[in-house]
Amino acid sequence: MQPAIGRLPGRLWRWPSGPGLRAISLVLFVALWAAIAALIDSRVLPGPYAVGRSLVGHVADGSLPFHISVTLARVAASFFLAMVIGSAIGIAMGRSRRVDAFFDGWLVIGLNIPALVTIILCYVWFGLGEVAAIVAVALNKIPTVVVTIREGARAVDRDLLQVAQAFRVPRRRRFRQVYLPQLYPYLMASARSGLALIWKIVLVVELLGRSNGVGFQLHVFFQFFDITSILAYTLAFVAVILLIEVFILRPLERRLSGWRS
Amino acid sequence: MNGLDINVRRKIYAARNGSPGPAALSGLEFHIPEGQLVCLVGPSGCGKTTLLNLIGGLDSDFDGEIAFDAAPADRRIGYMFQTPRLMPWLTVLDNVRLVLDDETDAAARRLLVEMELGDVLDAYPSQLSGGMQRRVALARAFAIEPQLLLLDEPFVSLDAPIADRLRTALLDLWKSRPTTVLFVTHDLREALCLADRIVFLSAGPGRVVHEMPVLLPRPRHADDAAVEAARRRLLAERPGLLAGLDTAADSAGPDRHRAVP
Repeated sequence: MQPAIGRLPGRLWRWPSGPGLRAISLVLFVALWAAIAALIDSRVLPGPYAVGRSLVGHVADGSLPFHISVTLARVAASFFLAMVIGSAIGIAMGRSRRVDAFFDGWLVIGLNIPALVTIILCYVWFGLGEVAAIVAVALNKIPTVVVTIREGARAVDRDLLQVAQAFRVPRRRRFRQVYLPQLYPYLMASARSGLALIWKIVLVVELLGRSNGVGFQLHVFFQFFDITSILAYTLAFVAVILLIEVFILRPLERRLSGWRS
Repeated sequence: MNGLDINVRRKIYAARNGSPGPAALSGLEFHIPEGQLVCLVGPSGCGKTTLLNLIGGLDSDFDGEIAFDAAPADRRIGYMFQTPRLMPWLTVLDNVRLVLDDETDAAARRLLVEMELGDVLDAYPSQLSGGMQRRVALARAFAIEPQLLLLDEPFVSLDAPIADRLRTALLDLWKSRPTTVLFVTHDLREALCLADRIVFLSAGPGRVVHEMPVLLPRPRHADDAAVEAARRRLLAERPGLLAGLDTAADSAGPDRHRAVP
């Protein structure tokens, strides 16, 4: 029993550090795609080569970088909004039973309203503008942030807070060095799942009511039945999100949880 | 400054349903002259930790007065808990700096080096042994130059030699940085080792049942014959005194294999 438990985390950790395995898996995926595309030989499934050429074209004429940057700006704005508001509400609900009891019903409603409904209502109420788009996306994400952060706030170690109280640590420092570090794992989990959810919703918002951005472009390509460009945009955008994960979120997480190693 | 005056007429915790529960402390009164080291000895559940929380200002919901010369705003009370309660995400040095008014680290560094922690300033608590963690907690308590130091059974669950070394460290610090100390323990031998005076509490609701000065010359150690003799004399004179005490801890000393006369 003992050795099995001892070995498990080690094996889980070695997985991502096997870059060779990752590369093999990726190459295999592209090969599979190419094989199926060649087999079907249809406009609805272009192969990797055609998609790659389309991607280069869209990058060269500047349209793809423009639309991706517009979409990323929306993702960033709504992500920031959702994290700040969701964390504040989550902390309040995790700390106080009364606040929790009061808002819990709202939370259940918020979690269960379909994203599409929020988007339509925001466009109807605030007009087909940038504010409505960002608010709609943030509103979709806030409830899930609240749920995660509330869990974290409930798990806060009261013994450590008592240390800060006994030594009269100033409020600001108490929050930043005693309270917040206990929420970091929950904030990171929230940010991770948030990024994945938000960029998908942003595309829907753009499709329904904006005249630029990746979502809008996909809509246009759909109308022209340009599957190659749709796949090119998808590929580019997934790559950007992966880069954010690798170069921002992971280093951030490593920094915040350095003490665990 | 003339020390600490404690007069707790009544301390009651509210029961779960909101109605008042049984009293935790009742008619508890004693005085600690400035600069004295007083050990508070009593059986588990007699309200020792409750009393420390009242004195330390962690709990102000009680009937009575606790007079302490410094005005509440300038009070510097050092606190050492049963467990080290260090922030796991802060290094040893940062754990001490956390409780200091100015965040300059020269004083904290000097204190830690003096306590033989100079090599682990940048280590995280999880990398240290239990004894070392206690050493850091002790440094943290002394770092604020406390007017009053409260210790709540800080050396329980440690091996006897490590506990003995920590007691020596405590006395060394107390000698070089004089302060009033209230040390809670259920181990009579430990109390005899440390104290200028011992205050005995009854089983809950706690009140003072006996006070005695300890006149043995320092340094003393837990297994000194003089300490042992004093313990026996006290047990013979007042057999009822330690009736509720944790006898396991009390009999785990060197006389375990000796025949009791």
